[in-house]
Amino acid sequence: MIIGESGSGKTTLLKCMVGLNEVDSGEVLFNGRNFYELDFKGKKEIRKEIGMLFQGGALFDSKNVEENVVFPLSMFTDMTETEKRDRANFCLQRVNLPNANNLYPSELSGGMKKRVAIARAIAVQPKYLFCDEPNSGLDPKTSIVIDNLIKEITDEYVITTVVITHDMNSVIEIGDNIMFIYKGDNWWQGSKQEILKTDNQEVCDFVYATKFMKDLKTKF
Amino acid sequence: MNIFFHFGQYYILMKRAFGKPEKRAIYRQRIFEEMNSLGIGSLGIVAIISVFMGAVITIQTAFNFESPLIPQYAVGVAVRDSMILEFSPAIVSLILAGKIGSSIASEIGTMRVTEQIDALEIMGINSAGYLILPKIIASVLFNPILIIFSMFLGILGGYVFGLMAGVVTDFDYILGITYEFRPFNVIYALIKTAVFAFLIASVPAYHGYYTKGGALEVGRSSTKGVVYTSVLILTFDLILTQVLLV
Repeated sequence: MIIGESGSGKTTLLKCMVGLNEVDSGEVLFNGRNFYELDFKGKKEIRKEIGMLFQGGALFDSKNVEENVVFPLSMFTDMTETEKRDRANFCLQRVNLPNANNLYPSELSGGMKKRVAIARAIAVQPKYLFCDEPNSGLDPKTSIVIDNLIKEITDEYVITTVVITHDMNSVIEIGDNIMFIYKGDNWWQGSKQEILKTDNQEVCDFVYATKFMKDLKTKF
Repeated sequence: MNIFFHFGQYYILMKRAFGKPEKRAIYRQRIFEEMNSLGIGSLGIVAIISVFMGAVITIQTAFNFESPLIPQYAVGVAVRDSMILEFSPAIVSLILAGKIGSSIASEIGTMRVTEQIDALEIMGINSAGYLILPKIIASVLFNPILIIFSMFLGILGGYVFGLMAGVVTDFDYILGITYEFRPFNVIYALIKTAVFAFLIASVPAYHGYYTKGGALEVGRSSTKGVVYTSVLILTFDLILTQVLLV
């Protein structure tokens, strides 16, 4: 998990990791392959292994839910129409959205959009899943549903998932390895147990910014 | 320097747009969808504008040709040549630049600011090719059909309204529109139309594709797309007329 204040560079880092932003220096390694040293074809191959959940869902407005999920399958597989539809239905059921195939993105709630985006991301069975603030704009209950879904999918498909968030509930719920970004730098790294015990001032200011977290700290 | 930057960026985008498609069948389907949305969807406005343009040209020309030395059939000649040489290809293209251009720029601009283009890129899809190429092909193939339709309706509109206004007779108008007809004029008009169609689809697409920000910037991209396309249509109208007719 990558956490940090707004404007600290989390999304920029994520975009560099998936190749949407060019990097000035450094390398992004996917199983030993440096993304930025690969040619166009090589980059394309890696991108096929990536699923991404965007902050707003980034569903295609002109396509309904089923067409959104089927889209990557149509572009990159030789599946028949029935096979694609079956796969889309399976993915939509997996994200607990079984009866929304014919709805358009404008007819979906924020949580539903995120779930369709997850279904689209897992449709092509990615090896890496990147999530940009999956809980932004969601109520606490739906946030937990999305968090759990990401965790379940990560474990079930044995994929590497990178989540960007500034929601401490998510960090505590699903975080394994946590990186704290501060003013564009990798300021702190550790587990979720360690982040609650760290005496790093900037990390503490972030983690215990809310009254709830402050009370939790005092209690334990 | 700004113009060189935009020209360079436009060239790079077009190079990407004309890259090898991921799946030809999907692109083919997209071309038909765009023909339906950009072409068929414009039939109504093209028909209305063409009929009224033809009618106005007929009445105005007849009003100005009062000299007994000018034969009556000259009205038909003027309407035919005006419609074929300039009004249908250039004016209708300008109208289409407004209608189609703003639609393309705002559609692609919205996709940019809502990260839909990023989503395409992440999937390993050439977003420029997937979004822009079908629009260009659909416009270049369908706009000539629209322009031929416009020529026909313009001349028909001139005939109907000319007769209704009593400024020209049936015989003189028919004689005029068939008098010394040069088929090359239609070819010239279609060449112009194809070039304008390329501009109508590609320039607003360029402005939409590089939109940064939110809803306000999408609106600005749309306006810029229409304005630059209109200026380029007029510029290329002059250049092509010089090259093909003079």
